[in-house]
Amino acid sequence: MSSWILLILVVVVALWLVGAYNGLVSLKNQTVNAFKQIDVQLKRRHDLVPNLVNAVRGAMEFEKGTLEAVIQARNQAVKVNAAGPDAVKQISQAENALSAALSRLMVVVEQYPQLKATGNIGQLQEELTSTENKVAFARQLYNDTATLYNTRQQQFPTSLVAGLAHAQPATLWEVEDRTDRDVPQVDLSMKPKS
Amino acid sequence: MTDETSLNLFQQQETNRRRTFWLLCGFVLFMGWLGFGGDYIYALSTAHAPAPEQHHVWWFGIVMLALGAMLAGYAYRTGPDKVLWATGAAEVLDPVDDKQRQLVNVVEEMAIAAGVPRPRIWIVPDSDPNAFATGTDPTHAHVAVTQGLLDLCTRDELQAVIGHELGHIKNLDVRLMTTLAALVGAVLLMRDGASRLFLFGGSGSSGGSSRKKSDLGPLVLVLVVVWVLSWILAPIITQLLALAVSRTREYQADAMSAQFTRNPLALASALQKIEAADAPTTHIKGGTAHMCIADPLGRHLTTREGLVADVLATHPPMAKRVAILRGMGYAQLKQAGGAAS
Repeated sequence: MSSWILLILVVVVALWLVGAYNGLVSLKNQTVNAFKQIDVQLKRRHDLVPNLVNAVRGAMEFEKGTLEAVIQARNQAVKVNAAGPDAVKQISQAENALSAALSRLMVVVEQYPQLKATGNIGQLQEELTSTENKVAFARQLYNDTATLYNTRQQQFPTSLVAGLAHAQPATLWEVEDRTDRDVPQVDLSMKPKS
Repeated sequence: MTDETSLNLFQQQETNRRRTFWLLCGFVLFMGWLGFGGDYIYALSTAHAPAPEQHHVWWFGIVMLALGAMLAGYAYRTGPDKVLWATGAAEVLDPVDDKQRQLVNVVEEMAIAAGVPRPRIWIVPDSDPNAFATGTDPTHAHVAVTQGLLDLCTRDELQAVIGHELGHIKNLDVRLMTTLAALVGAVLLMRDGASRLFLFGGSGSSGGSSRKKSDLGPLVLVLVVVWVLSWILAPIITQLLALAVSRTREYQADAMSAQFTRNPLALASALQKIEAADAPTTHIKGGTAHMCIADPLGRHLTTREGLVADVLATHPPMAKRVAILRGMGYAQLKQAGGAAS
């Protein structure tokens, strides 16, 4: 009788082990995939920035500094991105700087009605808004998935299997505080997202 | 996204898969009942007749079962195409104006937020604001919005509405709802055909059947009544099913939209705008009503909850949906305020 109970217990534990292990592996792959999505969107943004700068360059002779800042931030971001996914912190720092430079440029564009009237600035603005949103949403998905993965591997009793599944805490993409936009600086205190 | 919501998502997907399967099975079995029931009644009524006139081979049942299986398979496979065709939607392949370009961008953004492939995008030429999603799974999915929605909503509101539709796609609501819509269509078509059949068949043999009826016992009479009733009630039952499955789903999709956009107030204001534009969506007929973000028929049942509304409305009361979204928005604002201070 007691041997039966033991057997059932062993089977239950084994089943749970398999489930927990597979759950962790699946979450790990989702996290990696979500990170690749950010990468795709960042590449799109890097390709868009030169077009944007060219479109406004003619009308903005006297705003050279703003344009230069955007180009510099873009080139820096491209350079850091080549380092690969291990440098999450540096990449997010460079991308946040680019975001800040771009939003400053858009504020400047708003101040020149003649610029908005000429050509397809409205269309470019839409493209830029969309690109920024895509980067933000890709980041959101990555952070959500990574948080889920981190929580799962730290929680008992899944934490017992974490070593077996080679689970490592994934680095979250740093979220910049909106008030710090003028001084591109990374806010290291993670804001809890609901 | 917490642990619970991801678990919920998995459960919802499972539920939707299972329900679609049972819906299709139920449909085939129901068709079998219509067929074999008819055979049985016919066999009983000819039991006392000379041998060559007796009903031995149950052709009607076999044909109906095969027809049911074929229709179920056909409805599952071509459901999305049929739904889109029925609403007169046109696919956006190359965006021609700013609004369409914005729509394509917004759908791409929400697909990224939801972590699903970009669905195909359609526009329904109707001035009443509404939207729906269809498809069998996230890789074969479609999102359709009316021209009225494009004209009425701001970028954020459009984003929230698309987020709601992608919620339906991600938790596989679309599979169940599309299959149901296609089956409702098939049953309605069958009813039209059957009523014609009964009219012609009935007038031809009315003299003979009244004589035979005296041979039948009361049990068989009950069977006959139930059988005829199921023919008549089939379209009503399928439509009631369509109503029942869609209501709780709307709350879930609203919550998913808020999760994707992190902006529940945008969906609240979009829903209010859609509600305020009271005109019925003329391009969307009864069979696909349960798929839309708001009841396209402009029925006032959705304005309150209660027994009648519970049975007949396809959508939960708009005021309640808006109130829930508002609550999420304020909770979010409070949290953000708390973190900043």
